[in-house]
Amino acid sequence: MTLSVGESAMIILVISAVTFGLRAAPFLLFSRSGRIPKVIVYLGNVLPPAVMGMLIIYCLKNIRLVQNPYGIPELIAVTAVIGLHLWRRNNLLSIIGGTAVYMFLVQFVFV
Amino acid sequence: MKNAIKAAFPYTIPVMLGYLSIGIAFGLLFENAGYNFIWAFCISLLVYAGAMQFIAVSFFSGGLGLIQIAVMTLVVNFRHIFYGLSFLERFGKMGFKKWYMAFALTDETYSLLCGIKPPENVDDKKFLLCVALLNQSYWIAGSVIGALAGSMITFNTQGMDFAMTALFLVIFLDQWKAYRTHIPALTGLVCSIAVLAAVGPANMVIPSMVLIVISLMLMRKAVNPMLEEEREEGGEK
Repeated sequence: MTLSVGESAMIILVISAVTFGLRAAPFLLFSRSGRIPKVIVYLGNVLPPAVMGMLIIYCLKNIRLVQNPYGIPELIAVTAVIGLHLWRRNNLLSIIGGTAVYMFLVQFVFV
Repeated sequence: MKNAIKAAFPYTIPVMLGYLSIGIAFGLLFENAGYNFIWAFCISLLVYAGAMQFIAVSFFSGGLGLIQIAVMTLVVNFRHIFYGLSFLERFGKMGFKKWYMAFALTDETYSLLCGIKPPENVDDKKFLLCVALLNQSYWIAGSVIGALAGSMITFNTQGMDFAMTALFLVIFLDQWKAYRTHIPALTGLVCSIAVLAAVGPANMVIPSMVLIVISLMLMRKAVNPMLEEEREEGGEK
């Protein structure tokens, strides 16, 4: 643990409060359905794929392209996940397979 | 109540399989970041959001302020604001339990509840509550098992955090297939890469989200018709 117990607990509480706020919002705001602002509907449609794209980049943000190993393990593992997923469309297989490839690469190949 | 559990359980089996395995993966990562099964229990009890908990693991290494964490949670879980809309009436009859039902509306519970009804001899309110409670218990059990396993089995975990990247890639690919227009997905990638190049890895989250929302709002007139087209086609099936 790099953070203290208090700091860690605060993080959990903040995530919990925001998530619950979002899930409870319709029961507080829209007592009758069908009165949702169009902007909210639009953002609700387009944000999920955009956010997933951002999260992928967020996960890969610490790669140094100009330093050994030049992001090659990540490139290979990402390709493995995409390949596995296009092939079988099995979430668990794609996740476990890609992670195994990555762990093998960083532990044994690009040491 | 016994009847309601019996009626609800079979419907929850697919969620059980998914939650146990993803929960175990989460528990392993969380344990690896220095948080034991008690922490895993607490976060799965209080937060109860799959992808968000995986991202949260990276928050615990420090470096992000609480406001950044709140904004990130808001954006990542924004879709959940719509889930309750389908249940305003059904949950509305449940008294104070409605707030637990709202809390428990994960992607999986939402899609499960949308598609099922209780058998005639079972009360709808109890049935809904049982489905929600069972699902969350699987999630908590999975993450606790994962954290315990991580503390007992010692192996070289270097690189295991790639599971998070892989999870997001898989969701991204599924959404790519489901959406007719790829503009939102590409906007997410392009904006975050641009921000990462401009400000570096430490502070990329909020600027990326701001840029993504602004870009999507600017393209609203162009993108909205493509989404409507999609919905109409979906309706014809």
